[in-house]
Amino acid sequence: MSKAADLARTASASETALSNRNVVINGDYTISQRGTSFSSQTGVAYHLDRWEMYGYNMGDGVYRVDQSTDAPAGFSNSNKVSCTTADASQDANNQMFFQQMIEGLNSSHINYFVSSPDTVTLSFWVKSNRTGSYSLGLKLSNNGSVQNNTATRIYNSTYSVSVANTWEKKTITIVMDTSSSTKVVTNGFAMALIFWLGGGTNRDESTANSWINNGNAATASDNLDILGSTSNDWYITGVQLEVGTVATPFEHRSYGQELALCQRYFYNYVSGNLKSVFAATAILANYISGVITFPVTMRAAPSAVIASGSDYYREYSSGASGFSDFTGERLDVNSATLSKNGGGPSIAAGDSAIVYTNNASASISFDAEL
Amino acid sequence: MIINSARYIKDVDNNNTAINATIDGVVLSVPLDPANRHYQAILEWVADGNTIEAAE
Repeated sequence: MSKAADLARTASASETALSNRNVVINGDYTISQRGTSFSSQTGVAYHLDRWEMYGYNMGDGVYRVDQSTDAPAGFSNSNKVSCTTADASQDANNQMFFQQMIEGLNSSHINYFVSSPDTVTLSFWVKSNRTGSYSLGLKLSNNGSVQNNTATRIYNSTYSVSVANTWEKKTITIVMDTSSSTKVVTNGFAMALIFWLGGGTNRDESTANSWINNGNAATASDNLDILGSTSNDWYITGVQLEVGTVATPFEHRSYGQELALCQRYFYNYVSGNLKSVFAATAILANYISGVITFPVTMRAAPSAVIASGSDYYREYSSGASGFSDFTGERLDVNSATLSKNGGGPSIAAGDSAIVYTNNASASISFDAEL
Repeated sequence: MIINSARYIKDVDNNNTAINATIDGVVLSVPLDPANRHYQAILEWVADGNTIEAAE
């Protein structure tokens, strides 16, 4: 590339910043701490890191989510959503959308709820078997309103898939909201980017291309029933939301950087058999505790998600004994203390032990998602 | 979120430090942090008239 072209490219990118432009995390779907394939899905759940499927009134519909290697040039992965059991009669209040919620600490640099707000540009790659229009939206919390609250502000718009089963890049520019609402700048929910995949007849007529109070509805579009047929699939990758009127090239962060960004919200500490859990101390007889330190500070004190089953974990001290689970006794943004009080450990007060997993299904993770 | 049960977890000094909850069929240890989404859901569940059980 010539120096002139290099400078021109830099000028284009520098409308906001040369790095950390993208407020979306895991927009290229490379991080998958929870797994890579999620079958038999019927409701609300996180799958690939930071992305949540939000589904209500799904009828008989069942979907799956996969980390796919089908991706456009320059990307290795995409997020695939497909219907595995069709819902023959879509509920009038069906809502199904794929979203990423963004915390205020990561979006506070974006000006909105002011008279002269920023313009933001959303860009992404999409592919589907179904052509036609699709609905998407950007939500803004108003003074801490949650994402489905009617006080939350929303801008719905549409994009089109022109050719079936072909990757297409889409760009949408949005002037942010001028309403006299209050922006969230803390670790709470501030913003959500949503891609509608289902909307019943009561949920498909929201005003397009203007900021309104949230009615939990999509704008009218051709494709609001992905669960209508088992032939339906929808792929997405390269999702970027940035300040400015130009969609700059997707900001590829290193795997380690992206993983660390994701671990602020979800941390898969251990999974599988014969993995080290921690060195534990018996603070009382048959009552062991150990401390786990997180690799990054989590967004909030996380919930501990501990797979449970007979003999899933074992402590080795002077002898060895198995037990089914732990409880999260102390949970903070930087560390957690897990304990097991009776129900397995056979150890004298004051003794120490090494704890391992003892089953392929054993796992311990921490969830601080929004 | 559908909350099936909630019971306080106490530490060795008998302080309530977290909640053992079954939410959407998954057992979680939930911290008493207002910014935690599961704790927010438990507080809404309590506001609806439900009760967090005392620690065992």
